[in-house]
Amino acid sequence: MAQIPMEHGLLLAGILFVLGLTGVLVRRNIIFLLMSIEIMLNAAGLAFVVAGARWGEAGGQIMFLFILAITAAEVAVGLALVLAMFKKVKTLDTNVLNQLKG
Amino acid sequence: MNAVFYLSSILAVAATVMVITQLNAVHALLYLVVSLLSLAVVFFTLGAPFIAALEIIVYAGAIMVLFIFVIMMLNLGKESIGEEIHLLSGKMWIGPSLIAAILLIELTYIMALAPNQELGQTIVGPKEIGVALYGRYMLGVELASFLLLAGLVAAYHLGRKSQPSDEQQ
Repeated sequence: MAQIPMEHGLLLAGILFVLGLTGVLVRRNIIFLLMSIEIMLNAAGLAFVVAGARWGEAGGQIMFLFILAITAAEVAVGLALVLAMFKKVKTLDTNVLNQLKG
Repeated sequence: MNAVFYLSSILAVAATVMVITQLNAVHALLYLVVSLLSLAVVFFTLGAPFIAALEIIVYAGAIMVLFIFVIMMLNLGKESIGEEIHLLSGKMWIGPSLIAAILLIELTYIMALAPNQELGQTIVGPKEIGVALYGRYMLGVELASFLLLAGLVAAYHLGRKSQPSDEQQ
């Protein structure tokens, strides 16, 4: 087994999370926004797994499983919303969604 | 094993950078698959082989295929790449990158303060996970199943063909 300091695992999770955050802040294409949210959720899961590996317990991995379920539900609803949005406004640019009236 | 961890970490970060900077959605998606696969290797080196398998099967397999289906259904052509170039000017990157860099520095600082700890040497396999999941965490499993059912119903509702009564509104 590897002799990896816990900080390095957490640092990887942190880097991936801020990359996802940058993606959410910069991109205006809704598909890229969803992908960036995926990256962020995955990074959070990595932090849980690293913490679970620190104590050698299953809890961290079980939290990853729950995050997996949350991600699956989020992606299903999010992509259905993307399809509905594209049907209505014919673009993926979120800047056009600036009025509440549909 | 150490070298494998660091190599796949670098690969994951590089692929993730490519995901958020690509203009073509399909290219970005393929880079995201590379990122998820290298993260699966990271999970494997951390002693979580079951999670590594799930990462490949569920993330790289199921969720990415959903994304690819939606991108194919939208039928994005060359004009969408032109639109992306229009949306992504170089100046837009400065502010968010600065905010993210400050956040990362804070995280690194907090981790540097903590006492140095090695990761445990144990491999936690599917058996331990299953025993804990259907024991202590049973309520969480039930709640996750509710969430997935809600997601299923919502996706069906949003994706259905619009009824004649909706058109009149």
